Amino acid sequence: MHELALSRAIVEAALRHAEGRDVTVVRVRVGALRQVVPESLRFNFEIVSRETACDGARLELEMIAARLRCARCGREWDPTPRPATEIGQLVAAPSFRCPACGAGDAGVVAGQELEVESIDVEEEQCTARG
Amino acid sequence: MHRARVNVSEGVLDANETIARDNRRDFDRHGVTVINQMSAPGAGKTSLLERALEDVGEVRIGVLEGDVRGTLDADRLASLHLPVTQINTDPGFGGECHLDANMVRSALPEVPLNDIDLLVIENVGNLVCPAEFRVGEDARVMVCSVAEGEDKPLKYPLMFRTCDLVLVNKIDLLPHLDYDLDAFLRNLDAVHPDVDRMLVSAKTGEGTPAWRDWLRRAAG
Repeated sequence: MHELALSRAIVEAALRHAEGRDVTVVRVRVGALRQVVPESLRFNFEIVSRETACDGARLELEMIAARLRCARCGREWDPTPRPATEIGQLVAAPSFRCPACGAGDAGVVAGQELEVESIDVEEEQCTARG
Repeated sequence: MHRARVNVSEGVLDANETIARDNRRDFDRHGVTVINQMSAPGAGKTSLLERALEDVGEVRIGVLEGDVRGTLDADRLASLHLPVTQINTDPGFGGECHLDANMVRSALPEVPLNDIDLLVIENVGNLVCPAEFRVGEDARVMVCSVAEGEDKPLKYPLMFRTCDLVLVNKIDLLPHLDYDLDAFLRNLDAVHPDVDRMLVSAKTGEGTPAWRDWLRRAAG
């Protein structure tokens, strides 16, 4: 549900950098740890961008897998749970505890990203910009 | 017309983070410690705050109440004679489901920062959105009641990972529920290993002295 607030922030950032030009593509990097639902983000983006220079722009999402690094033994792993398999198991548990040494203080190497990477804009052909 | 690519490289929440840092600077300048209290609706944030306020010694506390609508919680706390400032996120019909740094910033002129040591910000009841938005706090406290079920850390990992203390509330209900406290603690540990946790009951007061001491230490 936070996709609505995130879409607004994405559109605001895109508009700031578009400087009045029409936006055709918005590229966003999304880490797996941000709990962002891509379909929901696209849906909200479409609504929030209406009647702005981003209206009709394509939202390209680059999903980035989570990667943790144990502060004690240096082991790296992906904490994402595998889909639940047992009957009655509704949600599988991720593991933020080191699978090798059991330490609890892992650092996030990847998966925390939430960044507008670039946008494509329509430009007049012969306008010299600079 | 032709297309051009414009490099942006900007965090989606950068604008919020910048304002959060401004808030933090103002809090620090006044020597005020700020706690961002978050939970699902009805987990007991306000009741636990009332319990804490019964005896916090010399610590002067102020409260910033975030609600979609109304002043019910602010009215409750005002009867304890402490400064309460209300933020309603609802500009008309349908309000924001979380506080962001800018909402807190716009309420700051009404918060008597010179007269308090500790500001507790009671966020809007929600386990998803508040986790994304820093407001300038020093620490995040999450309240999760046993009535919510033991699977919540697995369903809302972002919220559980982002907090510094988890208050497991309503433990007076344990004899009446099919709630597996050990399973909850295991789930909590899978998502946020070794996070500080306290078992409390706002109703009976069990465990609340430890919560008061935690607040007092935070303010010290």
